Amino acid sequence: MNNPNKGLTPTKPPLWNDPTVRAVVFQVITLLAVIAFGWYLFENTRHNLESRGIASGFGFLDSTAGFGIVQSLIPYGASDTYGYVFWVGLLNTLLVTVLGIALATAIGFTLGIARLSKNWLISRLAMIYVETFRNIPLLLQIFFWYFAVLRNMPAPRDSMSLGDSVFLNIRGLYVPRPIFGEHFSWVVVALGVAIVAALLVRRWAQRRQEATGQPFHTLWAMLGLIVGLPLIVYFLSGQPLSWEVPHLAGFNFRGGWVVIPELAALLTALSIYTAAFIAETVRAGILAVSHGQTEAAGALGLRPGLTLRLIIIPQAMRVIIPPLTSQYLNLAKNSTLAAAIGYPDLVSTFAGTVLNQTGQAIETIAITMSVYLALSLAISTLMNWYNKRMALVER
Amino acid sequence: MSQSTHVPHPDLPPPSASTGVIGWLRANLFSSPLNSALTLLGLYLIWLLLPPALNWLLFKADWSGSDRSACHGEGACWVFIKVRLDQFLYGFFPAEERWRIQLSWLLAVVGAAPLFMKRNPLRMPSALFMLFAYPLIAYGLYTGPLFGLPLVETSQWGGLMLTLTIAVVGIAGSLPGGILLALGRRSKMPIIRSVCVVIIEFWRGVPLITVLFMSSVMLPLFLPEGMNFDKLLRALIGVVLFESAYIAEVVRGGLQAIPKGQYEAADALGLNYPKAMGLIILPQALKLVIPGIVNTMIALFKDTSLVIIIGLYDLLNSIQAAAVDPNWLGFATEGYVFAALMYWVFCFSMSRYSQALERRLHTGHKR
Repeated sequence: MNNPNKGLTPTKPPLWNDPTVRAVVFQVITLLAVIAFGWYLFENTRHNLESRGIASGFGFLDSTAGFGIVQSLIPYGASDTYGYVFWVGLLNTLLVTVLGIALATAIGFTLGIARLSKNWLISRLAMIYVETFRNIPLLLQIFFWYFAVLRNMPAPRDSMSLGDSVFLNIRGLYVPRPIFGEHFSWVVVALGVAIVAALLVRRWAQRRQEATGQPFHTLWAMLGLIVGLPLIVYFLSGQPLSWEVPHLAGFNFRGGWVVIPELAALLTALSIYTAAFIAETVRAGILAVSHGQTEAAGALGLRPGLTLRLIIIPQAMRVIIPPLTSQYLNLAKNSTLAAAIGYPDLVSTFAGTVLNQTGQAIETIAITMSVYLALSLAISTLMNWYNKRMALVER
Repeated sequence: MSQSTHVPHPDLPPPSASTGVIGWLRANLFSSPLNSALTLLGLYLIWLLLPPALNWLLFKADWSGSDRSACHGEGACWVFIKVRLDQFLYGFFPAEERWRIQLSWLLAVVGAAPLFMKRNPLRMPSALFMLFAYPLIAYGLYTGPLFGLPLVETSQWGGLMLTLTIAVVGIAGSLPGGILLALGRRSKMPIIRSVCVVIIEFWRGVPLITVLFMSSVMLPLFLPEGMNFDKLLRALIGVVLFESAYIAEVVRGGLQAIPKGQYEAADALGLNYPKAMGLIILPQALKLVIPGIVNTMIALFKDTSLVIIIGLYDLLNSIQAAAVDPNWLGFATEGYVFAALMYWVFCFSMSRYSQALERRLHTGHKR
């Protein structure tokens, strides 16, 4: 029981070297600096607003907008309010984002797989595509499609047409519009029922295979259900769907759906540009699955198609999904470039026209930024959670 | 009894169908019916796109002349680019002062050259020159008064010169900012960490356009009355803040990839925080994230084109302006192709350089 250290009190580090004390001091200083900076900005802004006679507040949202918007998914007129303009802009942004994501994913996955093809020519072509389009600024591509291509389209009288139902001219792309009859809801219901039934069939088939080992090819059964059932209902209910084909009336086309050139240019550029990045993501994801996995699958006797579907893709998706989500987010943020060619998205209508008309810079920019911020935060929270679940735990 | 030794026949040559050009074709282009079909499809695509593109770009293009009458309209009219080249490169920089820009570019190339070569005694001086002296010299050359030259307002800057200026300042400014933010985000002090998280997530969450809008519309409101920033400087502040957040996330990735043992080893050696980070962690972490940093740089270089939104006269905007010149209407495509080529050359060489650098710095610690 003879402690050699007895009588020696441990020397305490001096106060300024104590990590806990230092941490507290640093943090207090940071906090004070942040508060002081915020206060400084706030005071300046208040003073500036006062001296310029700008009333702050969100009252302007209720006043009449008084300007037209070239494309709106919800009925909109010049007599609607600024608050309503916000929703019109937001919906237009969402429209181009959703369409862009769908197109970019389709092109991107195709290219990513083509880039890994054993066919030399195909993989080189995919490489040229990727290296070309991802190294040219998106804004330049949008300008190219808008000013150099779509602005040089023929006048409505000489439109290019596809089977006399789709027309392309300087005013935009005209496609037939579906008109739903009164019984069309039954077809939708039938489709829903068919999808549920198909899922049940698949579950039953899986259970049976696990229990007895007997496979049941669900593909045809499911296809028959999902395509056949709605089709039968469609004919039984008297074909409640007709198409309104656009036709030339005077100097312009009437009827049908029109994709305005701004939307077409933005969508083309966004999906071509983002597809190049998605292709690289997909390629990296597939390459990240080690070759041993393919060999193991071969040793188990799986055919190449099954190897791809059951072994490679599930593992590759784990690598692909996080960067893919951030590409989607980039696409959503890049859709703000619409402002440069006048597509009426959130930024160009709300942070552009509304800001210019009302002068409420802080409010409009703050609202616009918080929309994008909310979107990004939601997605990045999701991704962080996903990352944490997937990350390899060390010690 | 004589013993005869067995002499094997010489090897037969491999079947002619598996060697040479034919073998290569069979293995790479026509290995299966599907592949053959794909190859034919690819060839058809090339045949569809390449000849018209080459005709337009080169064979039927008009190269010589000095005005619109030199263009016959069958191919591209490169005369347009030739006539406007000075504007695309230097914007409205006064013609007699353009030697200053050319000198700054020459200095950059000469000054940075040793950095791009294999080990040589000039590397360190060159790095110091580019880091500390060059920014000052370039600033002096571009604005003027510092060296007793006539003043050139930033509103006269433009073209490629402005694009490069924004990109370089953005990169140089956002690297230190990003590293600090990343270290802050990994800090154990909750307040510092949350401040950094908020800054990073805020700037990453908003599109660059709204940041530029904000810096041009809202920054004047934030500053005390009478204090007025130049339009370019406001854009630069916006770009640097925006890119710092992106660099921070890239660097954080690198910091996370460094094994815990390295942090513990640094502590065990008794290094304090700045030394542990500066000598042990950051050199390894930054090396890991070079591709990510260069990708961010490439993104930034492309994003500089967005300053068109707040009316700065960069490369793309100078093309836009030239394309609506009544004397040269209808040549926008040539302008876009030229701009695309310029951006492409810079971005592509950056990405190739980063790949080379990655290979060179690869010290076998990759997991």
